[in-house]
Amino acid sequence: MSSYISPIREPLVTGNKTYHQITEDLASPTEKAPGRAWIIGFILAISALAFGLFCITWTVWHGIGTWNLNRTIGWGWDITNFVWWIGIGHAGTLISAILLLFRQKWRTGVNRAAEAMTIFAVICAALFPGIHVGRAWVVFYFFPYPNTRGPLWPNFNSPLLWDLFAISTYFTVSLLFWYTGLVPDFATVRDRAKGFRKKIYNFLSFGWTGSAKHWQRWEALSLVLAGIATPLVLSVHTIVSFDFATSVIPGWHTTIFPPYFVAGAIFSGFAMVLTLMIVTRKVLNLQDYITFAHIESMNKVILVTGTIVGVAYLTELFIAWYSGYVYEQFAFFNRALGPYWWSYFGMMFCNVITPQFFWFKKIRRSLFWTFLLSIVINIGMWFERFVIIATTLARDYLPSSWSYYSPTWVEMGIFIGTLGLFFTLFLIFTRVAPVVAIAEIKSILKSAGDQYTGPNAHAHDHHNHGHENVMHAVHSTEEKEASVKEAGTILTMEDDLKRLEGIGPKIEMTLKAAGIKTFQQLLGTDVSRLQTILDEGEGNFKGNSPESWPEQAKLAYEGRWDELNDLQDRLDGGKY
Amino acid sequence: MAHNKVIYGLYNDEEDLMRAVKVAKDQHLEIMDVYTPFPVHGLDPILGLSESRLHIAGFIYGMLGTLTAFLGMSWIFTKDWPVIFGGKPYWSVPAFIPITFELTVLFASIGMVVTFYVVSGLGPGVVNNYLDPRITDDKFCIAFDEHDLDASSAGSFFKETGASEVHEKSL
Repeated sequence: MSSYISPIREPLVTGNKTYHQITEDLASPTEKAPGRAWIIGFILAISALAFGLFCITWTVWHGIGTWNLNRTIGWGWDITNFVWWIGIGHAGTLISAILLLFRQKWRTGVNRAAEAMTIFAVICAALFPGIHVGRAWVVFYFFPYPNTRGPLWPNFNSPLLWDLFAISTYFTVSLLFWYTGLVPDFATVRDRAKGFRKKIYNFLSFGWTGSAKHWQRWEALSLVLAGIATPLVLSVHTIVSFDFATSVIPGWHTTIFPPYFVAGAIFSGFAMVLTLMIVTRKVLNLQDYITFAHIESMNKVILVTGTIVGVAYLTELFIAWYSGYVYEQFAFFNRALGPYWWSYFGMMFCNVITPQFFWFKKIRRSLFWTFLLSIVINIGMWFERFVIIATTLARDYLPSSWSYYSPTWVEMGIFIGTLGLFFTLFLIFTRVAPVVAIAEIKSILKSAGDQYTGPNAHAHDHHNHGHENVMHAVHSTEEKEASVKEAGTILTMEDDLKRLEGIGPKIEMTLKAAGIKTFQQLLGTDVSRLQTILDEGEGNFKGNSPESWPEQAKLAYEGRWDELNDLQDRLDGGKY
Repeated sequence: MAHNKVIYGLYNDEEDLMRAVKVAKDQHLEIMDVYTPFPVHGLDPILGLSESRLHIAGFIYGMLGTLTAFLGMSWIFTKDWPVIFGGKPYWSVPAFIPITFELTVLFASIGMVVTFYVVSGLGPGVVNNYLDPRITDDKFCIAFDEHDLDASSAGSFFKETGASEVHEKSL
């Protein structure tokens, strides 16, 4: 029935949640007035955004000359920031698509926020190519459409145009994926809302009913979108690296760029997810849903991708030396010891050394260290792009053209503005949509909730006879009777016989059909009678022997669960 | 609408729901629909739902994207406005691969998502009849159309299968 769950797997939903509590916990942040932390954050973010908008207007009004770019250094902070934001935008799709394909349950706690982060980061990234071309008002010339200029088409052989297609596609697919995942959760919020809010969420939830067929299609859609988003996410940063790798500039013209850009993107993306989620889980009280198990998993991804990035840096250095090509050798010598040596060492320290701290479990599970290192990594990955772009361009083939670049206040202002835009959008998102996917958390509750798995589980299911039914057992007395009155019917009390080893759903149905519905009834039935019931029942139960059932039922009836667990450990499929 | 009344039962747990659906199938009762707060795995085969064909639609949309991109670029660079870039042939196929791939993904995703909403009757501004607001929270619902099953036999079915509540609603 269900897949095997290893007993050493940590629970991913803690706090002994019921389905209703999950709804309460995750939907309520959208229903309450924002707290002080949120308001302060929002004011800061929107101020940064306003300053950024001013700087963008300044750039468009006065022209690109307000930036410190020159003939030698044609790409500066603009493209550094572009690549940095695109890299950050990689974690969302990685978490939602690749981890979905690998059936990693911990994705459910963070996928929603990570996908939102992806979309906002791509918006920030797309801004830079849009304005760095200079004449932002004719930026639609990028797109191939039948125009009155010939028609004159863009150059489909150019990596810059591939990049346009890659990023537009990535943005669109991420948005569709994210929104389709949100629809059932918007329906949950809708069904709790009243008045005007209900109208808004009614619109946002697209008329979602929760019909079984819709869920089936929804899952099929998610899986196929994940399947095609996985190569997509790898293609996007591969193509971003082509912007450099297909040129003939020493230091850029390397075949290692695509894999190393992709690893770096995942590395920085996870760092940003952690920076955001460590704050969000605290502010919105989501500690039961974004647990230390989640944080540790993400830190492991950071460790792996960070190490890949480190190996790539060293490989680049080695190949530059080994190639025997003096221009390549000079490019790397210049990176490390030239005028921008500080950014090279910043990059090496932040990206190669700091992630290695995550070899220690204590640090992987420490909020303080994780938060600190995630910020260090974000800074390091920014340096990486700056090193690749500015240091390489500053020293080209002709020493008379050598130059030095530092940004103007306008360039810095635009970067601050994108940070403001990113955080403004994220803060609005936390108020409008459930930050953790409600339906998906519910779907993993029975396999990853702490009452079902891990050291505190009180509903152990060692031998995997389908999922335990504690909710049912716990709630049956009060809840059922209360609701039964309402419905005007009377129900007989039943126990979950599947808790006994050797009894699966089919045998349970057979026993209940024969009138054995409770542990009490079972413990009073002798083995030969049980054997007769099995033989007469529908289905083939030859492999099952009821010899231990009355004894197990006795322990269950008396509530001696620990002894029952011990007994079940000794039993083999319900046989002595 | 043809149906006027729906009788539905709510269950507290997906295991109860699955057992009940199985009983209904054994008794050959015509279930109108089943509503759950999250996708319940293993429900589809019991309910007799055939596999979704969305992925086939996705494949067709994807192929459409492949052809659009590849044939479009080929036509532009060989017939409409041939330009030599870097001494390469007009029809430089390897350089077309990235955009062809991106458009394949783009067409497949947009096509599939639109198809999903259209065939499911969902979309912006759609308002459906929602049986019970707790279905998106923690209740699992089986609904019968009264044309297929009268209230008393539905009631006894729900009683027998352990539904926590039974309600009637006019649509």
